[in-house]
Amino acid sequence: MTETGTVSETPWLDQDGQQPLVQIKGVTKKYGEVTAVDNVDLDIYQGELFCLLGGSGCGKSTLLRMLAGFEDLNGGSITIDGVDMQGVPAYDRPTNMMFQSYALFPHMSVEQNIAFGLQQDKMARSEISNRVHDILTLVELQDFKKRKPQQLSGGQRQRVALARALVKEPRLLLLDEPLAALDKKLRKQTQFELANIQEKVGVTFIVVTHDQEEAMTLSTRMAVMDAGKFKQIGTPTEIYEFPESRFVADFIGSANVFEGRVTEDGADHVRVKTNVAEVFIDHGQSVKVGSKIWVALRPEKIRITKTDEPASGPNQVSGVVDDIGYLGEMSIYKIELPNGQIVDITSPNSSRPMNRQHRITWGNKVNIAWEPSSVMLLTA
Amino acid sequence: MTDFSTHPSIPSQPEKKSLLRRIRRKLQDNWRLVIIAIPFAWLLLFFLTPFFIVAKISLAELAIASPPFTKMIEWADSGIVTIRLVFDNFTYILEDDLYRNTYMNSLKISVTSTFFCLLFGYPIAYAIVRSGPVAKPLLLFAIILPFWTSFLLRVYAWMGLLADQGTINNLLMSLGLIDEPIRMLYTEFAVYIGIVYTYMPFMILPLYANMEKLDGRLNEAAADLGSRPMNTFFRVTLPLTTPGVVAGCLLVFIPATGEYVIPDLLGGGNVQMIGRVLYNEFSRNSDWPVAAAVAIVLLFLLVLPIMVFQYFQGKASEGQ
Amino acid sequence: MHGKRSRFLTIMLVLGMAFFYVPMVLLVVYSFNYSKIVPVWGGWSLRWYEVLFQSEEVWMAVSLSLKIAFVNATFATMLGTLAGLAMVRFGRFRGRTLFGGMLVAPLVMPEVITGLSLLVFFISMKQLVGWPEQRGFATITIAHITFSLAYVAVTIQARLTGMGEDLEEAAADLGAKPFKVLTAITIPRLTPALISGWLLAFTLSLDDLVIASFVTGPGANTLPILIFSRIRLGLRPDINALATIMILVIATCVAIAAILMFRQQRADLKDQQLAERGES
Repeated sequence: MTETGTVSETPWLDQDGQQPLVQIKGVTKKYGEVTAVDNVDLDIYQGELFCLLGGSGCGKSTLLRMLAGFEDLNGGSITIDGVDMQGVPAYDRPTNMMFQSYALFPHMSVEQNIAFGLQQDKMARSEISNRVHDILTLVELQDFKKRKPQQLSGGQRQRVALARALVKEPRLLLLDEPLAALDKKLRKQTQFELANIQEKVGVTFIVVTHDQEEAMTLSTRMAVMDAGKFKQIGTPTEIYEFPESRFVADFIGSANVFEGRVTEDGADHVRVKTNVAEVFIDHGQSVKVGSKIWVALRPEKIRITKTDEPASGPNQVSGVVDDIGYLGEMSIYKIELPNGQIVDITSPNSSRPMNRQHRITWGNKVNIAWEPSSVMLLTA
Repeated sequence: MTDFSTHPSIPSQPEKKSLLRRIRRKLQDNWRLVIIAIPFAWLLLFFLTPFFIVAKISLAELAIASPPFTKMIEWADSGIVTIRLVFDNFTYILEDDLYRNTYMNSLKISVTSTFFCLLFGYPIAYAIVRSGPVAKPLLLFAIILPFWTSFLLRVYAWMGLLADQGTINNLLMSLGLIDEPIRMLYTEFAVYIGIVYTYMPFMILPLYANMEKLDGRLNEAAADLGSRPMNTFFRVTLPLTTPGVVAGCLLVFIPATGEYVIPDLLGGGNVQMIGRVLYNEFSRNSDWPVAAAVAIVLLFLLVLPIMVFQYFQGKASEGQ
Repeated sequence: MHGKRSRFLTIMLVLGMAFFYVPMVLLVVYSFNYSKIVPVWGGWSLRWYEVLFQSEEVWMAVSLSLKIAFVNATFATMLGTLAGLAMVRFGRFRGRTLFGGMLVAPLVMPEVITGLSLLVFFISMKQLVGWPEQRGFATITIAHITFSLAYVAVTIQARLTGMGEDLEEAAADLGAKPFKVLTAITIPRLTPALISGWLLAFTLSLDDLVIASFVTGPGANTLPILIFSRIRLGLRPDINALATIMILVIATCVAIAAILMFRQQRADLKDQQLAERGES
């Protein structure tokens, strides 16, 4: 496989003047009246595992298919390795794709499926069989090479599809929902395998997925897409901890959102007045005093205390337990605030509850509070 | 075997029941049996029995009688039953040049026509599959429509085109391309045209059904792996449409081999096909035993392709 | 599967459609030809339609063919439906393999063999039991039912397999006895297949020449037999006129069917909109 050399952990930061592997500039795709991809720009660097995350119909698959050469562009350009891909047919592109349905040829064995791409390059027979052998070892399918796709399990088919796309050593591997067809347990296990293989071969991956957990686990960077546009591009941590909009905050994980106005904007803090409480944030952010803003809080970053005393001071509110959902490893509390809004709070069940009962239960009066550093300020 | 009497009737007051009611009761219990029995009996009587009679006649001798063949089972005066099986008809057919050549000619014509149906039908089916959502049902409809018009008149339409003074010759002569009409009607060429024309839909429809089920992603996957369209066609599309090709070819080949009308109308007396010989042997020469033997031999020729067809159909319905 | 259609495919499609339809169009055009020699144009005329309508022979053949087709379609649909039900819904029974074989064989059997064997059968029957005394309407109809019922059975089987057994099971769960399930659920749901089976049997019968030629008797000429006896000797302008009328009748039927289907679709769409509105 490709010599990986010293691959940077964060290739998009240390560019050293190297040009991006993939440059997407102003790309637009229309189907009649519907704009599937709307004037998007994106640079992807060598060695990245980049995830395109979004709901169905957001344009992520269309973008992937444009990269592979299955869809024409209505505007903009795609450059791979410095070569403009305009007019380059799918079979001449330095990309390979792993299809959501895997698209394995049903009349060919595992071996023949994998060799198919190499045969197109007029490669010597011995070289082909060496490469097929190597890749089968990598995906641990040596014993299944004579089987037909129909005779394999879902997980095995997925690995054949990956091997078939990888064996050509493409500059760029495109994966369309690579794990969607697997069941939940296998999917979780395969996520890590996929990331490991990518690290081993050093090929740049672009993964399309609708599963936020998958995107978070796999990607070095990801883009959240909606209605044909990128909502935010960043590392999983950036996207989760510092979302820029209510859409992203709500799409990745869940968030309790309060509307408010900025009352104070210091160099190292911000104060916001919301209809439930005063919120104090211990880091600076460029906002205007008096402007409308949204405060978002992750359910796991809110503490809950059983008390009859009303809350006082910033970053805390009183409420009543409206509902509890017991999930085993944690519980979800739904707290009704005085203004009627319901706040979701998750709390790990780090110890076994006594008497098989929760310490906090329906109808209890509680106070909820959060750290000034946990608050996410959203301007959109 | 399932027991169809669903629940045994309890004979509570048997003597009070009228016969009619008993029959009705019986029928209610065995209605499934009745449903099976009616079409079963029909087919036994009107399909299987006639076929066995033909088989029997093929083993008899021509006799001046009505019907004109000898009896298979005879009761001699002494009361001894003798069974006479005559295989002469079969040896006669198989040794006679006329029959042998006719069988060979039928096979040649049906195989060649099948090939041309495939050659033209395949791209047409593929073109329909690749058409847009509006055009596709319309085109499919256009292929099926001839089924509803008379087969005989479709063949007749070609008589008008191919005749010495027909449309094609008239057109070519008026364009000055030829001076003398080309003889097309009453030649083997006309028979080929007729068979291809009439049986083309039988080729296109199974091919279409097969191609429609193909996953379009497979073509994309091949292109993605560097395969050019031609190569993709031969390595992916064609192998995956083999079931459709087999079904289509057999649906053309089987009826074309026994075809009677097309060689008679378009081939005139110049093209010998077995269906025609069979008809003539029967109606003009009144040689029933030989005609029956000709039919049996024809059936044997077709048994293998029919079984192949059944096998593929069975596999296809299992797949669904 | 769909996608781009290459130029080669488009050309093949156009040629194919021309191959299918140009002969038909010419057939119709020449029916309006005054000339007695079909492909030689002698000006527009309805002369051959007049000739056709004055021929009593033609009218008798048409009425015989329609009668046979109607009776055949009705009986073939009934028998074919029973056969289809038996094959799909009744599980295993003794003789099922033979039954299935006899249901498929007429579809692939060469017509000359079917025709020959039925004729031989009818003659033998006459010798044995004195029936049928004369061949004609009855024998042709029986012969047609025998092969049409196989086509109907295929249609019914496909529909039965396609619609699954959910509703039947639901009815049984709600207390309906098997016979009630059959009459209240299965048969009503089969209606579209019954209609198409009937139409198929009707056209098959109207179209058949070979089998009818074998089993017919003196004087009983169906329309195909009549047409065949005339065109064997060459082109006949009155047959062009007859063909045109037949094509016209079929085109009308197809148009009516298309309009009905279009209306049904519109009604379905309305229902759907109504359902959506009811939901919100």
